[in-house]
Amino acid sequence: MSTETIAERQTAKKPVSRKDMTMFQWTIKEMKRNYIAYIMCFPFFFIFTLFTVGPVVLSLFYSFTIFNLIESPQIVFFDNYIRLFVDDDVFLTAVSNTFVFAVITGPVSYFLSLFVAWFINELPPKIRAVVTLIFYAPSISGGIYMIWQVFFDSDSYGYANYVLLRLGIITEPIAWFKNADYVMPLCIVVALWTSLGVSFLSFIGGLQTVSKDQFEAGAVDGIRNRWQELWFITLPNMKPQLLFGAIMSITQSFGFGAIVTALAGFPSVNYAAHTIMHHLEDYGGQRFEVSYASAIAFILFCIMIGANLLVKKVLSKVGQ
Amino acid sequence: MARVQKLRTRNHKVVLNRSVGGDLGITIFLVILGAFMFLPMYYAIIQSLKPLDELWAYPPKFYVVKPTGNNFALMFKTLTDSWVPFSRYIFNTVLISVAGTFGNLVCGSLAAYAVSKIKFPGRKLLSDLVTYSLMFHPTVAGIVNFMTMSKLGWVDTYLAIIIPAWGSTLGMFLMKQFMESSVADTVLESARLDGASEFRTYWTIAMPMVKPAWLTLIVYSFKDLWNTGSSIYIMSEQLKTFNYAIQQIVSGGIARAGVATAAAVVMMVVPVTVFIITQSNIIETMSTSGMKD
Repeated sequence: MSTETIAERQTAKKPVSRKDMTMFQWTIKEMKRNYIAYIMCFPFFFIFTLFTVGPVVLSLFYSFTIFNLIESPQIVFFDNYIRLFVDDDVFLTAVSNTFVFAVITGPVSYFLSLFVAWFINELPPKIRAVVTLIFYAPSISGGIYMIWQVFFDSDSYGYANYVLLRLGIITEPIAWFKNADYVMPLCIVVALWTSLGVSFLSFIGGLQTVSKDQFEAGAVDGIRNRWQELWFITLPNMKPQLLFGAIMSITQSFGFGAIVTALAGFPSVNYAAHTIMHHLEDYGGQRFEVSYASAIAFILFCIMIGANLLVKKVLSKVGQ
Repeated sequence: MARVQKLRTRNHKVVLNRSVGGDLGITIFLVILGAFMFLPMYYAIIQSLKPLDELWAYPPKFYVVKPTGNNFALMFKTLTDSWVPFSRYIFNTVLISVAGTFGNLVCGSLAAYAVSKIKFPGRKLLSDLVTYSLMFHPTVAGIVNFMTMSKLGWVDTYLAIIIPAWGSTLGMFLMKQFMESSVADTVLESARLDGASEFRTYWTIAMPMVKPAWLTLIVYSFKDLWNTGSSIYIMSEQLKTFNYAIQQIVSGGIARAGVATAAAVVMMVVPVTVFIITQSNIIETMSTSGMKD
């Protein structure tokens, strides 16, 4: 659709159509005509570029250098990456922990969000609002997940220890978050508790856009139960939300570092819950090894983008 | 279809196929999961209302016999006695939250309008950049950002927290999606034909039509800023936030569960209240959040 106004067409000295111009000329003309759009975009995209896009690009550059913030960076190519994968055992632990964390929390939180949203969709609006709040509240409540420490307190005042002692399953209280065997599963549970976030709301919103007529038509056409209805009608209709929700869930599943730090301390016992995020924090935020931390950051960046693109591809198959 | 289906109808409307067993199973699933989600929240509130003797009662209890506001009083007292006055922490948090959210709303809505409603060369690229930015966690930008902040002289100022928030993408993305589906091009086109400038069209036509998206952007931006804790950019105690102060009480071991949970409950109340008020608007915005392949 051409957005050229009638007034412009009438006042133009000679009528110029798009066909008369090269792609370049046309682009320049369109840019001039819409210069106001660039003014409108400028504040947001300037800040966005300065604090989000730029840093990613610069991290890639720094990751190939040795840089101590004082002298100018020296190119060393893959030295940082080699050091990461060959010399740094903690990093390899962090990579595997990150994958365990993400592979569990990502899909579980995604499907929990989807199914809970779907299950509550048929409730009356008032009740649905309350139920939504119950499921969503943990994700927006800041540091409230600290309460899990009270449940899993290390002495016998903790509920978990109390119950287990009482039942005779254990004889001594377990220091849950200081025990390499338990810290990771517990952090995953707490992370899942806070994980019904943006994607959950997106699914609730998406489900409300599927028109009732389609379900009736489906029932007439031989949809036998709710599961068929979900697969053949609901999911194909809310594919855009499924994709957005997946992106939010994946990004979230790589970003649970703060919860682990809060619950398990930093570094966690025996690095049992040490993730790439923590490794980055260690070298970037505390040791200020800029180039090494940049390599870590860039690997993390690639993992996150890779996971997203992969899932995006899988999701495009839904309902086909 | 060859086979004639027997349709269940009520008031001449087709009744959807719902089995009783399925309803029951779903209800049980929801109740168990709901309990898992709700109990820790409930317990935090209960714990914050317990007097000292009940906090230390053994075995620990899931209810409170004599509720008291002592923990809250004690928390405010602890904060008042600290080196930096308590009101300063609250002031910092409110300042950061309000300034950051306001800037994010202005910058984000202008960009969302331009990208979704003006057909200029480069809009696809900008739109894709925003989508990709949702795919990674902002932590990866942390190291370079610290260097940028020191170059700009923003380390240890409010600016280090406020300005990056103006360019945060989730709210802007949601607003862009909402505008694409809820603001008709024909309406904008007729305004432009009447001689309205783009800024005027944006402000008087598009923005009033996307109020739910405003609220959503405000809620998300505010929630993130409100929960700002310790930041590597801020060293001065006078510039630190309420959340940071509360974390200090919690980890300082001044008093165990009581004061700590009172603090956590105070932190929680604000975002949850904001969500309760704005829920229907957020859901409306979310219904357009989807991405096309």
